[in-house]
Amino acid sequence: MSPVLQGAITILVGVGGCIGYFYLANLILDKVIFPARRDDAGRNINRANAVRPWLFLVPAILALGLYLVYPVVGSFWRSLFNRGGDEFIGLDNYISLIADEGFRTAFFNNFLWVLVVPAMATFLGLLVAQLTDRLRWGNIAKSLIFMPMAISFVGASLIWKFVYANDADIGIINAIRASAGMDVLDPLQVPFWNNFFLMVILIWIQTGFAMVILSAALRGIPEETVEAAIIDGANPLQVFFRIKVPQIMGTIVVVWTTITILVLKVFDIVYTMTGGNYGTEILPSYMMSYMFRDDGRATAVAFVIMLVVMPVMIWNIVQARKEMH
Amino acid sequence: MDTIAGTKSSLTWAVNLSVLFLVVLWLIPTIGLLVSSFRDRDQISASSWWKAPFAVEQAFRARAEGEVRQDGSLWIIEGNVFAASELVDAFPEGAGYPPVLAFGVTGRDPGAAPVGTELENRDGGTLTMDADGAYVYTMTEAPGNRPPRLYIVAETPPEFTLSNYSTVLGGDGMGRAFINTLTVTIPATVIPILIAAFAAYALAWMDFPGRGLLIAAVVGLLVVPLQLALVPLLSLHQQVGIGQSFVGIWLAHTGFGLPLAIYLLRNYMVGLPRDIIESAKVDGATDFQIFIKIILPLSFPALASFAIFQFLWTWNDLLVAKVFLPSADESRVMTVRIADDLLGSRGGDWGILAAAAFVSIAVPLLVFFTMQRYLVRGLLAGSVK
Repeated sequence: MSPVLQGAITILVGVGGCIGYFYLANLILDKVIFPARRDDAGRNINRANAVRPWLFLVPAILALGLYLVYPVVGSFWRSLFNRGGDEFIGLDNYISLIADEGFRTAFFNNFLWVLVVPAMATFLGLLVAQLTDRLRWGNIAKSLIFMPMAISFVGASLIWKFVYANDADIGIINAIRASAGMDVLDPLQVPFWNNFFLMVILIWIQTGFAMVILSAALRGIPEETVEAAIIDGANPLQVFFRIKVPQIMGTIVVVWTTITILVLKVFDIVYTMTGGNYGTEILPSYMMSYMFRDDGRATAVAFVIMLVVMPVMIWNIVQARKEMH
Repeated sequence: MDTIAGTKSSLTWAVNLSVLFLVVLWLIPTIGLLVSSFRDRDQISASSWWKAPFAVEQAFRARAEGEVRQDGSLWIIEGNVFAASELVDAFPEGAGYPPVLAFGVTGRDPGAAPVGTELENRDGGTLTMDADGAYVYTMTEAPGNRPPRLYIVAETPPEFTLSNYSTVLGGDGMGRAFINTLTVTIPATVIPILIAAFAAYALAWMDFPGRGLLIAAVVGLLVVPLQLALVPLLSLHQQVGIGQSFVGIWLAHTGFGLPLAIYLLRNYMVGLPRDIIESAKVDGATDFQIFIKIILPLSFPALASFAIFQFLWTWNDLLVAKVFLPSADESRVMTVRIADDLLGSRGGDWGILAAAAFVSIAVPLLVFFTMQRYLVRGLLAGSVK
């Protein structure tokens, strides 16, 4: 069967199945299990209403449990076994990870990514948001800077492959170098700094995200505070750093953490640009190099990523709970 | 506010210029790719894309196929280089020939001598050429079966072509990959929406023990790294018999997309006016009816936001496709095709790479520019506050 037809059938079955499930489950609940009839009508309606939320939630809980909760446990469990999965080896996978030079490089590089990318993307996003705030063509400018968000990491990598190309007639970097009389080189093979050249790609993508959110936050600042500062003689820089930034600090933190989480997951850029060579490996791409080869190792790396994400996760949950109360 | 009290026009100028600078900086890489995708392969390697509108100095290879005559100890070949069989394609007759700028006898240095001068060739003979392509090639030995090589450098007019696109979509399997991407994307976008909508309604408007806990769980699951899911789920899929298949990737994308879907939709639904829902309840509507007839239509903006997110995410995804789809050629999606095939085997064929990239980002860009409003709204609601 062709995948297209299969896709069409899946949509029908999926959507029809969902509607059918919700409709029938409700019908059965109201008419068969707890029918609202004569003597215990009131009690049955209450009972049905106590069950109904779970009817609505069951498909989502099942899917979330199977596809996101189970893997956390399952991955950890798998990481305690050897390559073939038939022998329990305790924490040996983790121990050999720490001993592995490649892992330490990946960890260090990932640390650099986490340090640089969220900071730069947030900073540039804030800058653009502030600069375009009162601009007549601000919306067009924002839209264009936001555009890379729509492009896949693979597509973005390809775009930047052109920029970095090791040929003065193709790569703009080398063209600039050549016109300044310098040698042509491959930026992606410059030790240490090539990590930063890769980060530029993610910053290029994520600045738009930061800009959109921060620009909305800037618009939300009460105008009186800014007016009062200007009347008191504050210059534009002071208005920005002393009045505006403190008021949107919460949003800045949100943007920062969101991009940080993303940085810990993106493997596409490194995979496409260098394949992890020339000392540019990061944890997600390091994990993919073991995927299909040594599942014990791969899951151990994945769990390390999870451990690194954990504090942010807890912080998010605490924030969300605070907001609900 | 910057417009009251002490505005300087120089400041406005500086702001305009710096924004312009940033926008240009942001656009340059993409424009480079777009321009390159329409350029002829030889022109790409001959001149930079920002010189695309101008004539390109390009080297051409030909053979001295003119008439041979012997003069004492020398053999002399006379003719016009544009008549050579290898140049007929590049310079069709009747279209007028560009002036030859330089010529040579080795591929390493095709423009060794400017026209009108004399160049010594390997066996001691000489080669002279005029700007119109007429040459005289003298040799100390008789030419063999094949006439000797010569090279010219000439300006070719800028040439824009769709041939990269036809190569990519036709023979190169990108057409197939495009269909595959579409096949992955649409069910993976549609299915989670309904599941999430019901769950979001329950979490927003129904009272039951454990609700707060569930919401917290959804917020927590938002950031679970996908990497964790790969190994356990793939082996689960294999045990169940789904294996690596489209069904597998639809299920996976559905699962991975749910936290964001539930979170976005719940945040939106919580903000709907309580009066409407309560008066419907007073009128005897059940939760199911309220959901279908009131909540779902009112939540359209949030549904659209999530749909766009999920669409972009599944369309652009490389990781899940690499793991959950078979690695056979006929089921590869575009991202896998570009990352694994084109960048590997076609590493140097920039025209093809550019066209392939554009084929893969055209649809997301279209969605982006037509539905940016919903995308922005979704972003604002979706980032955990």
